[in-house]
Amino acid sequence: MPFLPVAASSIAPEVDHLFWYLSIVSIIMTALIFLTIFIFAVKYRRRSPNEVPKPIHGSLRLEIAWSVIPFLVMLTFFWWGAEIFFANASPPADAMDVYAVGKQWMWKVQYPEGQREINELHVPIGRPVKVTLASEDVIHSFFIPAFRVKHDVVPGRYDTMWFTATKPGRYHLFCAEYCGTEHSGMVGWVTAMNPSDYENWLTSGGSDGSMAQQGEKLFQQMGCSTCHLLDQQGRCPILRGVYGSRVQLSDGRSVIADDAYIRESILNPNAKIVAGFRPDIMPTFQGQISEEGILQLIVYIKSLAIEGTPSAPNGGTTTAGQPSNAFGPNAGKQ
Amino acid sequence: MSTALADPQLTEQPNYLNSEYGWKSWLFTKDHKRIAILYLISITVMFMIGGIFALLIRLELLTPEGDMVNSDTYNKFFTMHGVVMVFFFLIPSIPATLGNFFVPMMIGAKDLAFPRINLLSWYIYIAGAAFALAAIVMGGVDTGWTFYTPFSSTYSNTFVITAAVGVFIAGFSSILTGLNFIVTIHKMRAPGMTWGRLPLFVWANYATSLIQVLGTPVVAITLALVALERAFHIGIFDPAIGGDPILFQHMFWFYSHPAVYIMILPGMGVISELVTCFSRKGIFGYSFIAGSSLGIAIIGFLVWGHHMFVTGMSMYASLYFSFLTMLVAVPSAIKVFNWTATMFRGSISYDTPMLYAFGFIGLFTIGGLTGLFLGTLGIDVHVTDTYFVVAHFHYVMVGGMVLAYMGGVHFWWPKMTGKLYPEGWAKFSALLVFAGFNATFFPQFIAGYLGQPRRYHAYAPEFQVYNVMSTAGATILGLGYLIPLIYLTWSLRYGKPAGNNPWGAKGLEWETTSPPPTYNFEKTPIVTEEAYAYSHQKEIEVG
Repeated sequence: MPFLPVAASSIAPEVDHLFWYLSIVSIIMTALIFLTIFIFAVKYRRRSPNEVPKPIHGSLRLEIAWSVIPFLVMLTFFWWGAEIFFANASPPADAMDVYAVGKQWMWKVQYPEGQREINELHVPIGRPVKVTLASEDVIHSFFIPAFRVKHDVVPGRYDTMWFTATKPGRYHLFCAEYCGTEHSGMVGWVTAMNPSDYENWLTSGGSDGSMAQQGEKLFQQMGCSTCHLLDQQGRCPILRGVYGSRVQLSDGRSVIADDAYIRESILNPNAKIVAGFRPDIMPTFQGQISEEGILQLIVYIKSLAIEGTPSAPNGGTTTAGQPSNAFGPNAGKQ
Repeated sequence: MSTALADPQLTEQPNYLNSEYGWKSWLFTKDHKRIAILYLISITVMFMIGGIFALLIRLELLTPEGDMVNSDTYNKFFTMHGVVMVFFFLIPSIPATLGNFFVPMMIGAKDLAFPRINLLSWYIYIAGAAFALAAIVMGGVDTGWTFYTPFSSTYSNTFVITAAVGVFIAGFSSILTGLNFIVTIHKMRAPGMTWGRLPLFVWANYATSLIQVLGTPVVAITLALVALERAFHIGIFDPAIGGDPILFQHMFWFYSHPAVYIMILPGMGVISELVTCFSRKGIFGYSFIAGSSLGIAIIGFLVWGHHMFVTGMSMYASLYFSFLTMLVAVPSAIKVFNWTATMFRGSISYDTPMLYAFGFIGLFTIGGLTGLFLGTLGIDVHVTDTYFVVAHFHYVMVGGMVLAYMGGVHFWWPKMTGKLYPEGWAKFSALLVFAGFNATFFPQFIAGYLGQPRRYHAYAPEFQVYNVMSTAGATILGLGYLIPLIYLTWSLRYGKPAGNNPWGAKGLEWETTSPPPTYNFEKTPIVTEEAYAYSHQKEIEVG
């Protein structure tokens, strides 16, 4: 009979410690209240039908004490919880990338190296893994209980989450946001492996080339390459070196060319026009390309480094809120 | 004040039940007490429908495989359970029945301020319920009671609009009841019934009414927008047509979190009445309990984002919502401490309503504390959308609210009907409810922390042991609800006459006859003392 889930990621023990802290405080509080009520109920039970106890109206001191002290205890919950949350909000710069697309009712995972799998995720232990999440349809939620991580996968934008697995093993992957008929079938396995096993796994089995190569193929097939020339100015901006750079827009604003920006530019090209270009030249690709395809294109564009410079770093910038998210950290910047 | 003495011929006295006969006298009544009875019957029917869905859910979850019904049916079960229980039982439960009946009586009024609007609100409720039931009969809804977009607005193939219209309509009933209470409490208090003398049940209903009037329009608009998007493809929430799915969650929880307080505040009001009466003692910290109701109503509007910590909302917004969630727990804690302190040196009797009050305080404490787990950012990420959440809100909604409702019904039943129920059976079933409830929902905390996601038709086999416990507990809980239904109905005909004040309780409602006359009081009472002045009487008159 399992009582606690396996703790198989770097943050799992931290979350568990906090959980134990809250549990112990709560158990003490509950016991105190139960016990007090029990003692009062026995000690002050009605002994004669006509007894009338003396009134007690209240006590300001007590009221202050039992408002302020619990609140201070709660603030420790708040503080500790916020600390863990913030420390794990953005992935470290050296995290490896994995891309996961949720669709009714499966998880499609692809690796930059070209491996693809369904309802399976293979990760090495001891190395931060950043998962970029996209949805083809409704809201899903990527949940790995053994790692104590969960993130909603919201259609129309990218979300990211990350973790560092610490113990080899096979762990549940669940969809945690109700998504329709086979919601409970949208489950899979996360396999955490020793780094050497992971390398073997990554190179075993056939693949259609790396994600960047697949993206390049799409880039030709979809006709992107007719306007976005690689090394000379065409009708559209040159994409080499654009990933991660700051792009000047025609309306005077500027944006960082991150995953969210590139996705938007493919699906809604008129949303942000690069300075010096006209709108309405590029058609929308909404409905013509899958989320997986868009991710391949993004990885391809990311791979187009300017000669002599390393390809763009994995910043935390891809978590950029969509315009939709009024509270997003990038609200107002867009 | 009138002093009604025990009369062996009580039932022969003119009262609101025997003043008129025939179905018209009920369906066209303007008497708040009769309307309360209409509501009582309606929400009991809805509770039974919601309860049947709950039992079907628990039966399916007895085994890890989804083997009893198919996924679509299971998804409809939990959706209909949630929709019926939240919108058609919990929200109207105490205000529309006990509140409707007793708020006017407790302030010494002969009715609510707008008796016709009161009747109208019942009809609106029935119209809303008819839509919800129609959605069930036509084939059900599978969106979950939260109607999350874009699933509800674009992807679901079920009767979403019908159900949403039902909830939309029922919202107006809630708004009208709230409005009626606010005006009544402001304008119709008997001479001497100052704000500082109001029974705490009235304060709790006042705070609830404020939330109903301010919050309900938002959920009505939100569901109307879902229906518009679904019917006419106007892009509001679906990103494929230019909408924003997270906007829906902000709008939905802006109402639906305060709605949690619509559900629990009146229950807290009931507990204040029970604890004082059965400790025979004035409330400890009157103004803190009254003020904390208002505090909850206000802060409750500012915490909705704690339902959305893993949606990718800005982490600074998360920080703010987490902090305010801790803050909103303070007024709830104040109430629990004050109720406990009220018992200190009291004269405590263990009548059935008090057993429910003990149960409420204990279970609400657990529900409240586990709410803090969910408000703590680092923990919420792991436990949100798991059975931990399911257990938490059932501890508040069922362990808290439903127990308070049961306690209140048992407390005021003699006043409402003039009859006593069999105390032995009542105590027995109160214990069943408490035991069955804990057996059902406590294991879900563990299953939740282990990672069992909610709304799963089939689940991983290692969670089974906790689900078997839950299902076994639900059986006991179901029995605990069934027994009162039987003996309360039985008591209508065979119960002993209750007398005017079987508990020796304070409060204007106990000063009139049982059942009360149509206009509640022979003459308008004049109030000369604070609420719960148990020590003022030299000798407690019972009966």
